[in-house]
Amino acid sequence: MVWLDLLLNALAAGILLGGFYAAVSLGIALAFGLLDIVNIAHPVFVMLGSYVAYGMNARFGFDPILTGLLFTPVFYALGVLLYRVYYVSFERKGAESLRGLVFFFGVLFIVEVSLLLAFGVDYRMVEARYIGETFQIGPVGIAFRLLVPCVVGVALTGALYLFLSRTFYGRAIQAVAQDSFALRLMGANPFRVKGIAFGLAIATAALAGALLIMIGPVEPAMNREYIGRVFAVAVLGGMGSIGGTLVAGIIVGVAESLTSTFYGPSWGVAVSFGVLLLALAVRPSGLFGR
Amino acid sequence: MRRNRSRTRAWAVVSLLIGALLASSAWPGAASAADPIKIGFGMALTGGLAANGKAALIAMQLWEADVNKKGGLLGRPVQLVYYDDQTKGATVPGIYTKLLDVDKVHFVVSGYGTNLIAPAMPIVMERKLVFPALFGLANNEKHNYSGYFQIMPAGPRPAIDWTGTYLEVAARQTPKPQTLALVGADAEYPHNALAGIRENAKRLGFKVVYDSTYPPNTVDFTPIVRVIKAQNPDVVFVASYPPDSAGMVLAAHEVGLQPKMFGGGMVGLQFAALMTKLGPKLNGIVNYDFWVPEPTLKFSGIEDFLKRYQAQAEKAGVDPLGHYLPPWAYAYLQVLGQAIEGTKSLDQQKVADYVRTQEHDTIVGKVKFGANGEWATSRVLQVQYQGIETTDIAQFHKAGKRVVVWPEQYKSGKLIYPYSSAMK
Amino acid sequence: MGARSFGVVALAIVVAGLAVTRVLDNQYYYFAGYVVLQYVVLATAWNILGGYTGYVNFGTPAFFALGAYTAVVLIQSLKAPLAIQLVAGAIISGLLGLALGYLTLRLRGVFFSIATLALAVVLQTMFINWEYTGGARGITLVRPASAPLFGNYVQFLFVVMLGLAVLAVATAWWIERSWIGRGLTAIRDNEEAAECMGVPTLRLKLVATTVSGVLMGLAGAPFPYYVTFVEPTSVFDLNYAVNSLAMPMIGGSTTWIGPVIGAVLLGTAQQIATVTISSALNLLLVGLILVAFVILAPEGIVGLVQRLARRSGERTRRSGV
Repeated sequence: MVWLDLLLNALAAGILLGGFYAAVSLGIALAFGLLDIVNIAHPVFVMLGSYVAYGMNARFGFDPILTGLLFTPVFYALGVLLYRVYYVSFERKGAESLRGLVFFFGVLFIVEVSLLLAFGVDYRMVEARYIGETFQIGPVGIAFRLLVPCVVGVALTGALYLFLSRTFYGRAIQAVAQDSFALRLMGANPFRVKGIAFGLAIATAALAGALLIMIGPVEPAMNREYIGRVFAVAVLGGMGSIGGTLVAGIIVGVAESLTSTFYGPSWGVAVSFGVLLLALAVRPSGLFGR
Repeated sequence: MRRNRSRTRAWAVVSLLIGALLASSAWPGAASAADPIKIGFGMALTGGLAANGKAALIAMQLWEADVNKKGGLLGRPVQLVYYDDQTKGATVPGIYTKLLDVDKVHFVVSGYGTNLIAPAMPIVMERKLVFPALFGLANNEKHNYSGYFQIMPAGPRPAIDWTGTYLEVAARQTPKPQTLALVGADAEYPHNALAGIRENAKRLGFKVVYDSTYPPNTVDFTPIVRVIKAQNPDVVFVASYPPDSAGMVLAAHEVGLQPKMFGGGMVGLQFAALMTKLGPKLNGIVNYDFWVPEPTLKFSGIEDFLKRYQAQAEKAGVDPLGHYLPPWAYAYLQVLGQAIEGTKSLDQQKVADYVRTQEHDTIVGKVKFGANGEWATSRVLQVQYQGIETTDIAQFHKAGKRVVVWPEQYKSGKLIYPYSSAMK
Repeated sequence: MGARSFGVVALAIVVAGLAVTRVLDNQYYYFAGYVVLQYVVLATAWNILGGYTGYVNFGTPAFFALGAYTAVVLIQSLKAPLAIQLVAGAIISGLLGLALGYLTLRLRGVFFSIATLALAVVLQTMFINWEYTGGARGITLVRPASAPLFGNYVQFLFVVMLGLAVLAVATAWWIERSWIGRGLTAIRDNEEAAECMGVPTLRLKLVATTVSGVLMGLAGAPFPYYVTFVEPTSVFDLNYAVNSLAMPMIGGSTTWIGPVIGAVLLGTAQQIATVTISSALNLLLVGLILVAFVILAPEGIVGLVQRLARRSGERTRRSGV
């Protein structure tokens, strides 16, 4: 019975965590899935979002979700700026992806070390009334610190999905992924569209970061664990498919949670990489890929 | 022709760089004055243990200032020479060889933490140096080196004596608790601590119903705590580092873990940052400590030291209370200084013998070392957090919130048992 | 640079290194010099796969640590001499490179890079859980008191690392000038076209990853004796990943001398910084310099020097000299 109890709790935690993982991976689904930009620095921007949420919470007592929403435009602008630099330095010159990859690695490093210098290696957490509360459904305990990020994460996913499928720029973004030349013929500027897309990708990091620090304490080096996770989710979901990202997020979340509970927490992180390698080996276009 | 020139230029650059390397080695490092007595060490000023390392450094600099105000040692001023070890063991050999060979320090002391003391041991042993060490658990167990002295009051068998105190408290309660759950991080200190408590459990007749470790960078403790709760243990012993200590306490509250006694070897609950973060969630936890502001522990010099430390700590952004590590960082230098004065020499062997044979008067009380460099008798305290209602820091300056329940000699209050009675 | 001149310079460097050990007694320089030479090996090894072939390896720590832990296992079980540790470390890391290549090189370059990240994480988790090599707590090793011919073991390690550096650079130099190097360049410039032209791309890529792995394993094998305390966090340190990537990018990734320049420059600067300014600041500088170089001077210092040489050559021509 203990075994069943653990299993149910692990499943519940995995599903909730999965909703959150989907939110974190949205940025990669956009940047890598649609724009073919390997932004391995995305998780470190999520960390940045976490620390912003921490700062606002510690200084002004702001709720992390509020901070996440407030800073979304700031991160959007940051994303657009970053894309400009990337475009001018690499895309326009047609340079090999090697340098683009190294560029984002450098950006990752700079942001991580800056966070380290500013905040140190100590774990930071936020305080909110609902964190730490649980409610029980039978043998399963649902922790609010997992539930809220999942709900917000799913909402964010839904919002992004609607944006991509219903608005002009959203559809332009999908178009630029398929055929940027045709897009130009249709009267939209691909450079501008890509800028918006990348800006959106980084913008999601603001809220995702706020959610992350609600789930647990953060420290700057954590971003590296997430690189594997977000790419696993994005690839498994099918590059660029937002709905696929959600499903893949839940799959990865559950796999990690079960592994953590029954094989030991050490292997949790390795699981997501394993999922990625498996996906690449078996079905590189992902579950819902085009 | 052009290709050769660019290659030549490349070689010129390389030679310049090699020249720069050699020139930079003439870098003086820390400036040296007239003929001071230099004491060198690495300290964790960045990295995981930096919060404590920086606090320790302030205490050590206070010692340096105090000694120099009184005219130095053997009539010469004292100078501390130190480098940041970044809480990385790999930097330690380089740092200590630089201190000894380039900066030509007269004495070395250790950095803070088991993992940072270990890499220095081969070097000090090879050169037969006296080596006062700051807070490492059982670093000398493998080597049994005669020049090693550990200021942490764990006792002659560090792991066993340290953890034994917790179970002694538990064993004295009526009815006597039967079952014990052990959990800790997979790292040096917790590993040693868990080994120690297993022996104590056998000796005192406890049945171990859960015994497991978790990886060092775990952040989510709810699965672990859930499994522990399922075993329904009477006593839970946790050996953890600061981030996990906080995580464990929070997870225990979230899952509703309520054994009869909870705590034991949680590093970090003694730090101001965690005490103010956890606040009332600490109530009822019985944990180790080395010094608390209780009336039974008013050693001479400690209050004055804390006042001066606290004035500096605010500016430096480190632990504002300074109860955990700083007094000991001051004390281990006190021991060295007293030995130098006592033997009137800088000879490593003479100083080491003096440290081992004499009893030393420090701000943490009387210090006496045993044959293996550890304290001759253990002075690990078991402390229970009681009556904490807010997360305000001022309450921790005064007595009454961290009540000493063991040993008898320093007891300052009564244990509230079981744990649930003291919890908020 | 022709074979003969290269050989002469290499020999001269080794002889100089030996001479220094006779003269210089101060241990600290050997410690610091060892680290810089180690980075020469790592940067050169990285560059064979990165600069020559165009596949970015973020997992240098995995190969380096595997070399180190192989040495640990041999020390613990057999008290094996350093030579055996070196050979074993090289073979095991080489096999890892081969395996990784086999699994992932059929995929796009970016997935190879992510797989290298995964490799580092998985390997670190494995070693954290393996008690025999110390697990998460690490393991203390006793360095031999003296070495054949040298007396002082640290000086011996320094000379060994010097030899390894020369070996690594010679390997890169040879590969660059051989048909392998030309094939790798073709892959880097346009893999599909190379494939169409009949270049055995998969085989060449496997050669590159294996050689890279072998050299990184060689860099890692003497590490346990150097540091005497091995624990996963410091041996899998991200610094190795960043430095082995930044040094060739800064030095110049298309030739064998680029990584050497980058390693000496950056490695020395870091050694100085460790004992002077804050250590985290020093890391930030590495990141900033890396990004600056990638954007502004993608060919690295070698490229800059070549550009300067070309411009001055043109000026010479134009002035009619």
